[in-house]
Amino acid sequence: MTVQASNLESEHLPDPTGAPESDIAKIAGKSPTKLAMDRFRRDKLSMISFTVVAVYVLIGISAPFLVKFGVLDPTGFNKELVDPSTGGLPIGSYGGASWDHPFGVEPGTGRDVLSRLLYGVTFSLTIAISATIIAIVIGTVLGIISGFTGGWVDSIIGRAIDLTLSFPQTLMLLALSSMGVATVAKFMPGGESDNLPNGAYVVIVLGLFGWPGIARIIRGQVLSVREREFVDAAVLIGASRRRIYFKEILPNLWAPLLVTFTLTMPAYISAEAALSFLGVGIIPPTPTLGNILRSSINYSIGDFMFFFTPAFLIMVIVVSFNLLGDGIRDALDPKAAR
Amino acid sequence: MFAYVVRRLFIGVILLIVMSLVTFMLFFLMPQDPARVACGKNCSIAQIKQTEKALGYDKPALTQWVDFLQGVVVGREYPEDKTLREKAPELISDCAAPCLGYSRVNQVTVASEIKEAFPVSLSLAVLAFLMWIIGGVLFGVIAAVTKGTVIDRGIVALSLVFYAFPTFFIGLFLLKFIAIKWGLVDVPSYTTIAEGGIGGWLSNLFLPSLTLALFFMAGYVRMTRAFVLESMTEDYIRTARAKGLKRGPVLFKHTMRAALTPLVTMAGLDFAGLMGGAIITESVFNFNGLGKLVVDANVSYDLPTLIGLVVLLGAFVIVANIIVDVLYAVIDPRVRVA
Repeated sequence: MTVQASNLESEHLPDPTGAPESDIAKIAGKSPTKLAMDRFRRDKLSMISFTVVAVYVLIGISAPFLVKFGVLDPTGFNKELVDPSTGGLPIGSYGGASWDHPFGVEPGTGRDVLSRLLYGVTFSLTIAISATIIAIVIGTVLGIISGFTGGWVDSIIGRAIDLTLSFPQTLMLLALSSMGVATVAKFMPGGESDNLPNGAYVVIVLGLFGWPGIARIIRGQVLSVREREFVDAAVLIGASRRRIYFKEILPNLWAPLLVTFTLTMPAYISAEAALSFLGVGIIPPTPTLGNILRSSINYSIGDFMFFFTPAFLIMVIVVSFNLLGDGIRDALDPKAAR
Repeated sequence: MFAYVVRRLFIGVILLIVMSLVTFMLFFLMPQDPARVACGKNCSIAQIKQTEKALGYDKPALTQWVDFLQGVVVGREYPEDKTLREKAPELISDCAAPCLGYSRVNQVTVASEIKEAFPVSLSLAVLAFLMWIIGGVLFGVIAAVTKGTVIDRGIVALSLVFYAFPTFFIGLFLLKFIAIKWGLVDVPSYTTIAEGGIGGWLSNLFLPSLTLALFFMAGYVRMTRAFVLESMTEDYIRTARAKGLKRGPVLFKHTMRAALTPLVTMAGLDFAGLMGGAIITESVFNFNGLGKLVVDANVSYDLPTLIGLVVLLGAFVIVANIIVDVLYAVIDPRVRVA
């Protein structure tokens, strides 16, 4: 038996005819995960997008601390830097850019744009991550149950997926917002005009409408996983349903879940921006990339820098996440042709 | 085939009924009282009760839902309160079937609101659809044919960038810079074909449709490219080339056919979603389509309009799903058995 590339990738059995010792060591050292990582590292575009995403996440994590220690000041007014005679446009070119305010200041209030953008990344990412997690948890649980159980449970979940998909998502988010935020506010500290209920509302509704696609993907994966021997073995030794779902099947789904996560994130970052435009979600002075862009609309011609920068930041992170997701998928599934 | 269509229709009707029920439950079973929200924050309990009665929200949600369904099938009269109808017959407004409700804010039936707004959304959807289908397939094929070159990378990258910028940013950029600041085209405002002729209709719809098309195109470029690339390696393509067929006919007759099925699915669902109004694009360009109607209804808390629209848009999606499934069955006979 000769060792072929396909053998290496799926199972790494030692050659029964007895290959030289050093060869076996080399072959055994490459697990499927390691191979995927190697493929991922070789792809330049994936590495660049991974770096960009990592930078955003780092900004997102560090911005609240920087604000706390006074390095960034996203809410302080600098009235002296804007010119009331031009309708509050910043004094100076490029949106009033200076060493103190590298990205200029906000028209009208003179708040530091860089601080707002960096701090906004924190809130945009938090909303996107929370909504993604809700959608993935619901989608995964229902997908596993649906795929493993089959029968009437499968068809009920299938119909629930059809039903959820038939709701116009943006419309529902908008239409339910006044009541929804008030409802959420009942279970949370803060009133209807506070940011916690407003943000939580967006997260919950995005998550509740986002699971069907994920459930479909997971169900498809489960259909193939459940035919494997270890699942039969678990059923035969009388393992509980919960054990089979979460200890036997779930660990085999990490690859599609990782891809789904990276491809859902950008959709929700965009969704946050779109909802901010419609006035749903976190309200200034707390910044998100979406509501900064929203507040720049009225100054789009007078202060193009201020209009363009938040949109550009959203574009970069959305593109990066999409490329990263593609890269991960290609690395995990070498057969998938691009 | 006929039995298949009937079965799909039957499931569609059930789905629609359940969907309308869920919509009612969402709006009325929330711990937040719709009458309270409609009345405002400073209303006394008596005022809230009065609002509740006047708007018909004092009835159980289930009764309201049954009334609604009845209205859709046979029509109904407003106001619902019988004593009020007898006392003031001049208030009675007839809502013929299919009655989707009566907007008390605008004093018209929801159906007539929709009738007014629908042509705008439909025009926008049709034009945008043509733009992104033609553009998406064309650029997708070009990218596939020039795989790995600068042209391929450029097309894929550019379509992704346009997708990743928030829609309202693209829309506002086109509106404020192309139309207003640089005056390259007239500021769009919807005119019907009857008013402005085909030319006027087209030129006014150009920028908003472009906004939508740029957003949707990315998916189609990538999908077309992937499928063309995949099917170019198929044996039957090689056979076709080997027996002397030219590249062009093979590309469009043999290769494209394989890519058709997934494209039809995606296109059908995207188009159906858009017919229900592009909420953001219509708001940006101030077009009075269904999307704008949603935004306005949300601002004025016009619950009947919101519910009517949700149900109508859900119906669009469900019908589109049926059409897509039937088309699928036509394209691929194996589906009919399933």
